[in-house]
Amino acid sequence: MAAFVVTDSLKQLIGQKEEPIVFKVEEGAIQRYAQAVGDSNPLYNDVEYAAGSEWGRVMAPPGFTGWPVASGFDMFKLFEKLGKAGAPAGLLDGGVEYDFLVPIGAGDVLIAVTRLASIEGRETKMGPTMVTTIETSYINQREVVVLITRNTFLNF
Amino acid sequence: MAKQLYYEDVEIGSEVTALKKIATTRMLVQYAGASGDFNPLHYEDDFARNLGVGRPIVHGLLKRAWLVNLMTDWIGEKGRLKKLSCRYRGMDYPRKMKTFDEPLDGDTWWCKGNVTRKYLEGEECLVECEIWVENGNKEKTTSGSAVVALPSKVK
Repeated sequence: MAAFVVTDSLKQLIGQKEEPIVFKVEEGAIQRYAQAVGDSNPLYNDVEYAAGSEWGRVMAPPGFTGWPVASGFDMFKLFEKLGKAGAPAGLLDGGVEYDFLVPIGAGDVLIAVTRLASIEGRETKMGPTMVTTIETSYINQREVVVLITRNTFLNF
Repeated sequence: MAKQLYYEDVEIGSEVTALKKIATTRMLVQYAGASGDFNPLHYEDDFARNLGVGRPIVHGLLKRAWLVNLMTDWIGEKGRLKKLSCRYRGMDYPRKMKTFDEPLDGDTWWCKGNVTRKYLEGEECLVECEIWVENGNKEKTTSGSAVVALPSKVK
């Protein structure tokens, strides 16, 4: 077993930016997400409670915005591109890092700017593995960066 | 909501109030729909087997959402989650369903954490924690860290 070797055609993709994506943070989508993950916080689930809070509106749980919910990139399209450049077919989610800079709530309009931050070759229990990190910055309607996410994916 | 936590309430080594979770096949379907993560790895037996993970596994991102839930419940409404990161270290397998909404017996997960550092930065009272999700065998299948800002009783 050996570490995955990052080919030149893969290296060329490092630093590439995806087309910016614009989307609105929707109240119903927040509530469906909070229910799905089992988070009963009334700031996310209860419109009246949220209206009376310091925020005055339904807020999104940290982590609602970012891949795959309200995402700045289409992972499957991105991995098709990586696949063509030589990424192995097996794909697992490796982990995520968030910098929550400003709370996000219903009605916010965000622009997501994504770039392929790094590709590294490693050896894992799955065998030779390619580790890809994708960084997305989310900017709100007041042109403030509200969130930075770093997603790591494993191809093996 | 839990009562408000203050900076003065925590020491290095303090435990984050543990949060119990049970992943079910039904929950995975619900999460797929709410998140838009329709990877068949989380609902199709043959697909999961061919990928080498045995059978459909719990979404890493669902376990990550549990860790967010752990921290935001603990810090209360005046606390702010500033950073969170986690790595998926082991596979978790959801309980199957016995009835429409009741799962069969099986694994129960606990989300836990400990305070590793507390410090002041500018105007903010910050607390850093190690956090993890452990399965019924006490294996940490997802682990990471979080930084929160807490209100202070003295400021």
